[in-house]
Amino acid sequence: MATQSNLAHQDDPKPGRRDFLYIAAGAVGAVGVAGVTWPLINQLNPDASVLALASIEFDLSGIEVGQSVTIKWRGLPVFVRNRTPEEIAEAKAVPMSDLKDPATDEQRTKPGHEQWLIMIANCTHLGCIPVGDSGDYNGWACPCHGSQFDTAGRIRKGPAPTNLVLPPYEFISDTLVKIG
Amino acid sequence: MAHESSYVPGNVVEKWIDDRLPIIRWSKEHLMDYPTPKNLNYWWTFGAILAFMLGVQIVTGIILAMHYTPHVSLAFDSVEHIRRDVNGGRIIQAVHATGASMFFAAVYIHMFRGLYFGSYKAPREILWILGVLLFVLMVTTAFMGYVLPWGQMSFWAATVITNILGAIPVLGTPILELLRGGFAVDNATLNRFFSLHYLLPFIIAAVVALHIWALHVPGNNNPIGVEVKSSRETVPFHPYYTMKDLFAVIVFCIPFAWFVFFAPDILGHPDNYIMANSQVTPAHIVPEWYFLPFYAILRAIDFNILFIDSKLGGVIFFAGAILVLFFVPWLDTSKVRSGTFRPIFKWFYWLFVANFVFLTWLGSAPAEGIYVLLSKIATAYYFIYFIIVLPLLGRFETPRPLPTSITESVLAKHKAPAAAQPAAASTSH
Repeated sequence: MATQSNLAHQDDPKPGRRDFLYIAAGAVGAVGVAGVTWPLINQLNPDASVLALASIEFDLSGIEVGQSVTIKWRGLPVFVRNRTPEEIAEAKAVPMSDLKDPATDEQRTKPGHEQWLIMIANCTHLGCIPVGDSGDYNGWACPCHGSQFDTAGRIRKGPAPTNLVLPPYEFISDTLVKIG
Repeated sequence: MAHESSYVPGNVVEKWIDDRLPIIRWSKEHLMDYPTPKNLNYWWTFGAILAFMLGVQIVTGIILAMHYTPHVSLAFDSVEHIRRDVNGGRIIQAVHATGASMFFAAVYIHMFRGLYFGSYKAPREILWILGVLLFVLMVTTAFMGYVLPWGQMSFWAATVITNILGAIPVLGTPILELLRGGFAVDNATLNRFFSLHYLLPFIIAAVVALHIWALHVPGNNNPIGVEVKSSRETVPFHPYYTMKDLFAVIVFCIPFAWFVFFAPDILGHPDNYIMANSQVTPAHIVPEWYFLPFYAILRAIDFNILFIDSKLGGVIFFAGAILVLFFVPWLDTSKVRSGTFRPIFKWFYWLFVANFVFLTWLGSAPAEGIYVLLSKIATAYYFIYFIIVLPLLGRFETPRPLPTSITESVLAKHKAPAAAQPAAASTSH
């Protein structure tokens, strides 16, 4: 009997109750499989202990003019540079048309604290750390693939697509900055 | 080359097993009696050499995992511990580390063999595709393994290579964080790389089984590229090729042993003896030698192509250099398999080989001055060979006449010196 009804069903070109049940059961199964798979993939994402380091405070008072330090924020190296007046003037003198990723020096710093340049130290190409006080633009030069950045950390030459990334930060006082 | 099994169970126990799980029958058919063209040269021994190397890497790798600690503060020291304290660890670690280089040397020869003799052509396309897949798996495994000692080169290789995925539009950053398990390469990254580095060789072994299956259906290609016509043109795999392969493996082990015993670090970088430091990039970072050609291609794209920025462009060419290999069976339009009978192909082929070696050298050179221009030229030829030369050559080239069979080609080789002998003798009189 069962065989006969199955055969009859196959001959029938119209979608019937059984087709609906197949599709509905398959859809429910697919949702179930996806639901079980997601946690198995999601465990790869940054965990709570990594996310807990989301913001840090940093004291700038020990950094002399012309000095640069590298600190760590969320596992990433961050440049904090106390720029000299010449470096600031040099950055401001660059016409926007010379820039691959146009941004003014004001956009790269906080008003009233323009001597402080705070940026994520990884080159925007493939993540190496550029070397300071070097390159054709007196800024940073990446040893890996030859990208060069100016005194405002803007890309000037080489394969990097964008300027060095600015982390979210604010000045709590003149010498204390909160990153993140 | 499907053939009837000639296996007759020798006794009641074998008969009993054969009725339930015919594993002895299967082994005899595929590991011993498998009919193999009688004219295979030594370039055909690299398959066996690769199988041997996979075994070496799995055995030494399992041993190393017994002594290694995948943690950012302990990994570097644990590798030094293996080299200094573990009994025989100095040699076992060196076998595994230089073994990776030997493995890649063999796989490149194996692939260039296939490209010259047209081993990818019908009916062996799936065999070739599985081979390219194996190469991709090998690259991934080797990359993750290189990260494990957690030296400066390990760390920065991990940073640079994972960043390649960051070039993917929109999804790049989420994928990058998913892969690394953090905002930068860190302990989570090291742990998962260790886990996957242990897993992937077994996936490779499984794909090798498929690769050999896909080989045993059409049978081996051979140096003249003319299909086997009768059983007189084949010899059983055992003992003819088991012995030849064994001999080749032994010869292959001579340079391998030299590296292991006399120069275990010659292929590495001194910077990897400095523990990973996320704050300082070494002045000159280069990947291991076997990745240099592709690294040179990645760096060659330092200009925007329409709306594609230079970073994504480099990644597309880098991935494309490997992906193009999957399509070679359809890109090469020539009906003639073996390069031996293709006079113009030979020139382009050897230029391609030289260009590949040149790319290797360029990958190790700094990314500045003339090297950048040369990298662009060499990258261009790499792609021109596959996308322009191979499709067009099949249309315009006139191949040399093919021997009608393997037997004819083998006999012709043996007749030639025999005919020359009396001629030489008569002139001496």
